[in-house]
Amino acid sequence: MAGSPAPVPENPSTVLLGAADVARVVDRIAHQVIEKAGDALPDVVLVGIPTRGAPLARRLAGRIAAFAGTAVDVGTVDITLYRDDLRMRGVRALEDTLLPAEGIDGRLVVLVDDVLFSGRSVRAALDALRDLGRPRAVQLAVLVDRGHRELPIRADYVGKNVPTSRAQKVRVHLAETDGTDEVLVTGA
Amino acid sequence: MKRHLLEAADLDRDDATLVLDTAAQIDQALAGREVKKLPTLRGRTVVNLFYEDSTRTRISFELAAKRLSADVINFSAKGSSVSKGESLKDTALTLEAMGSDAIVVRHSASGAPHRLAGWVRGSVVNAGDGTHEHPTQALLDAYTIRRRLGRLDGVRVAIVGDVLHSRVARSNVWLLSTLGAEVTLVAPPTLLPVGVGSWPVQVSYDLDAVLPKADVVMMLRVQLERMNASFFPSAREYSRRYGLDALRLAALGDEAIVMHPGPMNRGMEIAADVADSVRSTIVEQVANGVSVRMAVLYLLLGGASS
Repeated sequence: MAGSPAPVPENPSTVLLGAADVARVVDRIAHQVIEKAGDALPDVVLVGIPTRGAPLARRLAGRIAAFAGTAVDVGTVDITLYRDDLRMRGVRALEDTLLPAEGIDGRLVVLVDDVLFSGRSVRAALDALRDLGRPRAVQLAVLVDRGHRELPIRADYVGKNVPTSRAQKVRVHLAETDGTDEVLVTGA
Repeated sequence: MKRHLLEAADLDRDDATLVLDTAAQIDQALAGREVKKLPTLRGRTVVNLFYEDSTRTRISFELAAKRLSADVINFSAKGSSVSKGESLKDTALTLEAMGSDAIVVRHSASGAPHRLAGWVRGSVVNAGDGTHEHPTQALLDAYTIRRRLGRLDGVRVAIVGDVLHSRVARSNVWLLSTLGAEVTLVAPPTLLPVGVGSWPVQVSYDLDAVLPKADVVMMLRVQLERMNASFFPSAREYSRRYGLDALRLAALGDEAIVMHPGPMNRGMEIAADVADSVRSTIVEQVANGVSVRMAVLYLLLGGASS
């Protein structure tokens, strides 16, 4: 878990985490996954939620391989077709759904996403997983938890807890998708 | 995407590519799954309004809608109030009053879906109108070509046979040329429409000259039910000059594929052994049809309700 809550930044576009912070946070989550999985580490499947959960899951797998010497499986699951807000927000292009060939039955799935907010994306991902197989357990890892949950959902691994107001925006940029690693908070 | 899918000529390159990409993602998401169902259109109602006979298109749309969890109502003109003289407009308004969100329509009159789109609030999908268009068939053909050959840009497609009566040919001409393919129509002069000169295609009367250069050969069904005059001397002569048999198959390039929108007249436009050969994508086209129609329904209906 991250340390004490950071103060809410006042001015627009405050950098919450820089590139080095993001790397440290990913390393810490990797260690926590290793510790929590114990002997079951080879059963772990890191499943990223596109867009930015997918590269995060790949990075986590890389760090876990470096620290524990175990190559864990990585996948992505697109949740667009499972969203409950399509009617409000309109259709959007779909992204990849790729799972290990052995599937996820009986495995320890760790969902990976960039920001945990209302919890609706995670719910959609849980719905999608239910159609894809029956994991032994599902855990959740997020880079940033910004609060304001609308569903009873909690993360197992949190990079950083950030108290925010609803009006604020938390944006995660990753080198793979945006060219640079950083977490920004904008708005008052 | 627009609210309706009425003709392939409406689709620009971005729209068409979006449909194909979405279909590919849906295919990928459902590959190897036991539960081939997505909750996306839960609570939406899709009506299949079919004034003409159909096997694969109606079942394909039904399956596509059901796999997206929509409720499906199948309406066929036979055995309905249409036989009592109810008009297309009244039928459509009746269906909409019962809460349909989309109408998938097939009609023997060209332009019927366009009229329908002006009357109803929901989306209208053209599933074949007269000799005008059949856009989802063209989309699934394009999808099949892209999957098999890996590209559409610069692909040389020969569309062979009864172009005059073929809505599939029209839709494919527009869609494939929008997507960068080079289309050649091959048919006897009597089976080419007036004004084909203004289409973005080349025209040939000699199948054997076209085959060696084609990446895709799309055979069309000879639509005897729409022929009220004699367009060629005999079925045997047509088959000799424009049918695809094993000998002509051998003239194709190594990577070339053979397509047919179905239903086939085996022995007429396509020989049985050609239809069943490894180059034939006919069964694949049917399977791809479901994914492509899922993509279309998702893009038209998935978003904000009108």
